[in-house]
Amino acid sequence: MSEEPSMDIDYVSNLARIELTQEEKDKFQGQLGDVLKYFEKLQDLDVEGVEPTAHAFPRFNVWDEDVSKEGFSSEKALKNAPKSRNEQIVVPKVVE
Amino acid sequence: MDSNSLISKTATELSGELEAGNCKAVEIAQAYLEQIDRVDGKVHAFLHRDDDDFLAQAKDSDERREKGETLGPLDGIPVCLKDVISVEGQPLTAASKILQDYVSPYDATVTRKLKAAGAVIGGRLNLDEFAMGSSTENSAYGPTRNPWDLERVPGGSSGGSSAAVAAREAPLTLGSDTGGSIRQPASLCGVVGMKPTYGMVSRYGLAAFASSLDQIGPFSQTVEDTALLLETISGHDPLDSTSYPTEVPSYSEVLKQKHEPCTLGLPKEFFGEGMDDEVRTAVEKAIEFYKGKGYEIVDLSLPTTDLSIPVYYVIATAEASSNLARYDGIRYTSRSERAENAVDVYAKSRGEGFGEEVKRRCILGAYGLSSGYYDAYYLRAQKTRTLIRQDFERAFEKVDAILTPTSPTPAFKFGAKSEDPISMYLSDVYTISTNLAGLPGLSVPCGFTQSGLPIGLQLIGKAFNETTLLSIAHDFDRELQFGRQAPNLED
Repeated sequence: MSEEPSMDIDYVSNLARIELTQEEKDKFQGQLGDVLKYFEKLQDLDVEGVEPTAHAFPRFNVWDEDVSKEGFSSEKALKNAPKSRNEQIVVPKVVE
Repeated sequence: MDSNSLISKTATELSGELEAGNCKAVEIAQAYLEQIDRVDGKVHAFLHRDDDDFLAQAKDSDERREKGETLGPLDGIPVCLKDVISVEGQPLTAASKILQDYVSPYDATVTRKLKAAGAVIGGRLNLDEFAMGSSTENSAYGPTRNPWDLERVPGGSSGGSSAAVAAREAPLTLGSDTGGSIRQPASLCGVVGMKPTYGMVSRYGLAAFASSLDQIGPFSQTVEDTALLLETISGHDPLDSTSYPTEVPSYSEVLKQKHEPCTLGLPKEFFGEGMDDEVRTAVEKAIEFYKGKGYEIVDLSLPTTDLSIPVYYVIATAEASSNLARYDGIRYTSRSERAENAVDVYAKSRGEGFGEEVKRRCILGAYGLSSGYYDAYYLRAQKTRTLIRQDFERAFEKVDAILTPTSPTPAFKFGAKSEDPISMYLSDVYTISTNLAGLPGLSVPCGFTQSGLPIGLQLIGKAFNETTLLSIAHDFDRELQFGRQAPNLED
């Protein structure tokens, strides 16, 4: 990572599934470039052999009793959906 | 009792008044509603109110008390929540347009516990969209203003929660802290704010930002009140698999006992350049106070401090880009009218629904996790996080708590940092490493600048030892009580 860090904003905004206006792309390109340059600090430190931390106090194999519990009614679960019909969420056609 | 006198009281005092029969929960609720009417046009701490529901809960509390069925010290006491904590049947916008019509179908665990304690749950408090920011300027519904100076930010992201307590619009509020989002606004608004140890308070029902860092915590005028609220919301919860099975002592009882002076550490990296002179003076006075009480003060070093901001922003944005994938325009968020196919629904709904900072962070997070960059950014940040954690472990072999300023500066003016993400990120320089290490931290007011802006002192404690941390903070707060001073919001 010796060259100046930069980001292909079209590629990454597509990965993040966020549509940006041209104005936002231009603005973010500069701002995120600066942030990446700031992140370069991380490359200076030797982390060879150090275990990564995902959680400060990790807990493993947290099990729950295998019993059925009452969940939401479909009416309740669908209440916030932008479009629903027949107890299902309506979306644009996905398969041709 | 007149309403001005009610709203100036702490939650502990109000609880005593209720118990003594000097006032009713409905009178308390009405006094706060009047205060909100009076000042929230200026402060804008609230995004939503449901006064009928608020008064109905207070009436229920009074009825319980008449029958001798009071549920505990918080019964009848108002508590308002940051608009990322679910209350069944109430809106939750996370200060985002994408959730403008969302209504929570269930209670967060903290909400359930508050209801079980008889607390009167009030309106929804403003924040930086999805808790991303340090000034509350990133709210899609307009910023909250600092009650001590309306030209300045209240801090963030829990700026509504800190401003509401400072403006005496609520005696107690809850916020969430991912990198300082409780402590920094508490400092800038002159109130007490605490982030518990990671795992002490259930995150079930909290709109997630960065799941390995987020914790819910209290705001209040005093450390005593923070102890009372914290013991109510803490404890293991099977609905949050990261919640930690550990005992929750009665913190408010612990504070009544005598506390022996112990050892406080001053990390030299936190006292270097970039700190405002008046902040430095106020914190030095606090150090002198502790010395006078018989505390031992020692110097120490946390060498990885300057890496905590890049580590945090790599990890937090990565987790955010994954967490916020759920806001997809399909199940429970607003959907773009322009969407014609499935990918369109995602990209256009998110493009229209998210504000600038949220977009920036999701994109940054996706970049750090993307093929070819994962090792250099995300994995490296996680490894450095281990070194940050170990720095604290070594420090806590020698000291009982670490003392620092909460924020390098008092409240700054609107717009001062909003176009420069890095300078905004640097305002969390003293709070961020606590989250990375999972430790408890609190901010207690320790003075004012010449121009009357509050200054906060941060104390960082050992993991799962809230008791010692609160006792140390209470030693200072019990005598000096800077959080009991209220701003003048009259015209």
